[in-house]
Amino acid sequence: MAKRAAPEVNAGSMADIAFLLLIFFLVTTTIETDSGLNRKLPPMEDQVDPPIIRQKNIFTVVVNKNDQLLVEEELTDIKDLRSLAVAFLDNGGGVGDEACDYCQGERDESSSDNPDKAIISLKNNRETSYKVYIAIQNELVAAYNDLRNREFLRLYPSVGLNFVDAQKKYDDPRTSVDLSDQLKPKLDVVKAMYPQKLSEAEPSKTN
Amino acid sequence: MSKFKKKKGGELPAISTASLPDIVFMLLFFFMVATVMRDSTLMVVNKLPAADQVQKLDKKDRVMYIYAGKPSNRYQDKYGTSAKIQLNDKFATVSEVGAFILAERAAKRQELQNVLTTALKVDSDTKMGLVQDIKQELRKVSALKINYTTRLGDYTQNIN
Repeated sequence: MAKRAAPEVNAGSMADIAFLLLIFFLVTTTIETDSGLNRKLPPMEDQVDPPIIRQKNIFTVVVNKNDQLLVEEELTDIKDLRSLAVAFLDNGGGVGDEACDYCQGERDESSSDNPDKAIISLKNNRETSYKVYIAIQNELVAAYNDLRNREFLRLYPSVGLNFVDAQKKYDDPRTSVDLSDQLKPKLDVVKAMYPQKLSEAEPSKTN
Repeated sequence: MSKFKKKKGGELPAISTASLPDIVFMLLFFFMVATVMRDSTLMVVNKLPAADQVQKLDKKDRVMYIYAGKPSNRYQDKYGTSAKIQLNDKFATVSEVGAFILAERAAKRQELQNVLTTALKVDSDTKMGLVQDIKQELRKVSALKINYTTRLGDYTQNIN
């Protein structure tokens, strides 16, 4: 018997098969949006005795059902919210034990004592729309981030990152353990300088 | 002198398509790696609001998803147009959120049960009342870490 060469398999349809698979994956998958604003809800149990907070240490933000914004009893546009929040947090009006040596604010006596005492209270209506609520949350987080960035750059210029980038680097699982260990105490220091104290009241049905 | 006879004809040689499968496979692998399978069909409109102070969400196995929004067009005849919550593949009422979270939590590995985050994928046009109800339910089952999932963008896109 004569030896016959094995016939070559025709690979012409390979491309079609691959295209079919490709289109299948294109249709069934989504590139997930996997980022957002992280928040922590307060635990359910009632506080035994709510701490007494002086009115000047509270920055009230109220949103009504028409998505209008009332900041410290004054009708405000949302684009001014960030600067108002920064001014409030960074005021540092306290004296003695409550003084804030790193604050660069106006040290107005009628505003917050120090960032540790300053609380932002956000109150929304049940009819407020979610997108406006997110915009407000975003601006308030931005106010904290602005201040933290400033302090991080001032205290640790050698890191070469601002607070947000450093936090991102720390959260990234690809960052080496050494670097994470170096970043952690620095991040904690800055976080303690401007702790995020954002309180959300139960929403009102009226107004 | 046939050796030096000029080749006949000016026909163009056919372009080899042998590498086409390789190219397509490359694309295929890129999409397989870069995307994740959609695990539940969305039954609600889900246009997320924009924010720019975002943090990345935790790994996928540490996240529980709650969707909310108006039912999408094809479900509006049956379920109406008021905003609803979607858990897994079906619409749910506010009171079912707690049970859902507990069930999801029980299904996760022991060491992950304390680090779970609840991602709220809520449509921009939803009213806060519904979101507030969900949050209240989450507090009851002490699922306190939440994430308002947003699209990356300037906040002014939310106001119009």
